[in-house]
Amino acid sequence: MPWETESKALLKSRKITSFPHSACKMATEGLHENETLASLKNEAESLKGKLEEERAKLHDVELHQVAERVEALGQFVMKTRRTLKGHGNKVLCMDWCKDKRRIVSSSQDGKVIVWDSFTTNKEHAVTMPCTWVMACAYAPSGCAIACGGLDNKCSVYPLTFDKNENMAAKKKSVAMHTNYLSACSFTNSDMQILTASGDGTCALWDVESGQLLQSFHGHGADVLCLDLAPSETGNTFVSGGCDKKAMVWDMRSGQCIQSFETHDSDINSVRYYPSGDAFASGSDDATCRLYDLRADREVAIYSKESIIFGASSVDFSLSGRLLFAGYNDYTINVWDVLKGSRVSILFGHENRVSTLRVSPDGTAFCSGSWDHTLRIWA
Amino acid sequence: MTIGGPRGGGQPRLQMPCLGKMERMIVSMQDPDMGIKMRNQRLLITVIPHAMTGNDIVEWLIQKYGISEEESLHLGNLIVRHGYIYPLRDPRSLVLRADESPYRFQTPYFWTSTKWPATELDYAIYLAKKNIRKQGELIEHEKDNYNLLHKRINHTWDFVVMQAREQLRAAKQRRKGDRIVIDCQEQAYWLVNRPPPGAPNVLEQGPERRNCHTTRVQLNMDYYKREIEYCRKAMARTRVKSSICLEGYLKFNEQYVPHDPIMSGCLPSNPWITDDTTYWAMNAPTVTTPTKLRVERWGFNFSELLMDPLGRTQLLEFLKKEFSAENLSFWEACEELRYGEQSHINEIVDSIYQQFLAPGATRWVNIDSKTMERTLEGIKTPHRYVMDDAQMHIYMLMKKDSYPRFLKSELYRNLLAEAVIPPETKKRVFPFMRKQRHSSPSPALLLPAGDTEAKGEEKSRSPAAVPEEES
Repeated sequence: MPWETESKALLKSRKITSFPHSACKMATEGLHENETLASLKNEAESLKGKLEEERAKLHDVELHQVAERVEALGQFVMKTRRTLKGHGNKVLCMDWCKDKRRIVSSSQDGKVIVWDSFTTNKEHAVTMPCTWVMACAYAPSGCAIACGGLDNKCSVYPLTFDKNENMAAKKKSVAMHTNYLSACSFTNSDMQILTASGDGTCALWDVESGQLLQSFHGHGADVLCLDLAPSETGNTFVSGGCDKKAMVWDMRSGQCIQSFETHDSDINSVRYYPSGDAFASGSDDATCRLYDLRADREVAIYSKESIIFGASSVDFSLSGRLLFAGYNDYTINVWDVLKGSRVSILFGHENRVSTLRVSPDGTAFCSGSWDHTLRIWA
Repeated sequence: MTIGGPRGGGQPRLQMPCLGKMERMIVSMQDPDMGIKMRNQRLLITVIPHAMTGNDIVEWLIQKYGISEEESLHLGNLIVRHGYIYPLRDPRSLVLRADESPYRFQTPYFWTSTKWPATELDYAIYLAKKNIRKQGELIEHEKDNYNLLHKRINHTWDFVVMQAREQLRAAKQRRKGDRIVIDCQEQAYWLVNRPPPGAPNVLEQGPERRNCHTTRVQLNMDYYKREIEYCRKAMARTRVKSSICLEGYLKFNEQYVPHDPIMSGCLPSNPWITDDTTYWAMNAPTVTTPTKLRVERWGFNFSELLMDPLGRTQLLEFLKKEFSAENLSFWEACEELRYGEQSHINEIVDSIYQQFLAPGATRWVNIDSKTMERTLEGIKTPHRYVMDDAQMHIYMLMKKDSYPRFLKSELYRNLLAEAVIPPETKKRVFPFMRKQRHSSPSPALLLPAGDTEAKGEEKSRSPAAVPEEES
């Protein structure tokens, strides 16, 4: 026992004449703590197992079985309709504006660009003081954008067409994390931002004051992605992380409502099913999965033996019938959400697909890649 | 380790799960029964055993995974780019050609996950060997690297040169066939680990994850206590049978597929495909005559009606007729509170109280007494969620009571009758002439007339407002 030898050594060296009570107590506490930590961990593991058993009890049918009644999808043709060139380095993130045609994109070299992707014109550009801008978001009003990355912050830039104004001048520093910013999203207004970080937490911020409104603790490692629930009484969001967990949070209380742990590797992307009753995830384990919130379990896995690279980004078509997933093998796979089969594979990008979002009216989706370009597919 | 370079000290398979999977693929490709049929390949005058053609690889992948030739070629290319298969002819370019070009499997000694990360010392020895063999005639980037390394690890340079000479001597003892193979293997390894400028670096990962120094997460007793508490709560939760949940997807699918432009197309046409923005114009947030699909969608659920600005306007009209318009206004005011600026909370709460809750208020809302009591108590210490209960009550009232009546009303029936079905865009006679793509005003442009500041503020105050578009 380590503390025994240490105390003997102390006695021997005559540094102390008798064994101090506090040292003894601390030493025994240390031992006690180790035992309790291990037993707590074991208890947690065994409870998780029991929880899975409970969840399995009500699982009386598989999704693809139920979906046998649904008509199979016909020929599927989607092509690149626009290619947006202008980033000088890997594109890491993008988001659509509510006007259905504008987008904001961010890249490794710190550049954040706002495009009218219909005309492919660049409308705004700002260079962040950091590299690897892994998160960006468009404000609901269309008047501002948010972004961040290795600077551990999330900053909001009002969009201005005033030629005399430098966009960077009106920059507002909102969120402060202790590790990289991996994702950000405005809530229903321009005045609140939700962030996810490599420091293992998510947080809700007031844009104007930069005040932290709520923080969300529970992930065991970096949080890589988040998505806000579309539900009518919306006050929840889902996050995914390097601990292979997807967690659903109550925005008001900061509590984790539900947690799912079935992936074998980091979860890079989470996205709600349009009804709000489920969400999909994309992971480094090369699978995408569907989790139902009412059944409280995973209900589908979208995978293929020939797909061995991680899925970096997922999103649903408007009806939720199709799941578009961008992968690290440069492709985009289109999945039939109900039947579980792959509908199509889209080639075009020349490096990893890092980000993918369907447009607000569902007419197209945009993919961003490490090949420096963004593509609009329809 | 620098960002973007291979993560040092970690297990490569953890960081790149695809490597493990690729290796399993490679192993099954070499299966004596089900794998690729290998044979001797002739390389000029030398015969190389255990080789295959590019075609063999592509065919095998097609058969094994039931994929198309395009996908098979793409996958095969990735395997080659990661150095698990290398070309014998033209070994400087890691590319898979679907023809008779000869390829071989990389020895596991040189697998990306085995020798991870590639060391500077090994690279120096490799370049020194090349330098000696080619008598100083290295390719540009290799020359640069050689010089750089010479400077950086100058203290061990004698060892480097000695090793290089030793390896070259040992190589001379081998048969020509073996020599060629070993050279190709080594070259492939270095193409993956030290790609020439311009070539993609397949080992590039992006910012390091699980960089635990600055994480807020500690897998300590508190963490596990929380996990245990979460599990206990979760066990007690009510769950819905899968069969019921999954039926929900089918119903949702049936309802929404006709409205999904990617699944069912859209009329008159998809702007991205035909460059015609009429679809957007006809579905703008506020138009005089909405489309039939849009009006139908308002009938799916209350949320669809409420979230569409045009739908909400119609709802307001209907509620006015029923003398319950204050419900919608109250709900909107509560949304403003929930998503508003932190510093305005007291102000907004007070405004809501004065307008909707105070006794004798002009637009008094009818909430049940219990909720009213709780709310009035709550606003003594205002916060952004203080109206939640009241808001929910009014929302449910509109949803369960007003909404069904709205759907049966003359107002809605007229909307349905008058709604337009856009005609399909006629196929252009000269399809190769691209239609001009017009830009649209950015939502970020401040409105020209009136008080721009106020308008700007108004814009950010109303969370559900969507920027106006040119009709």
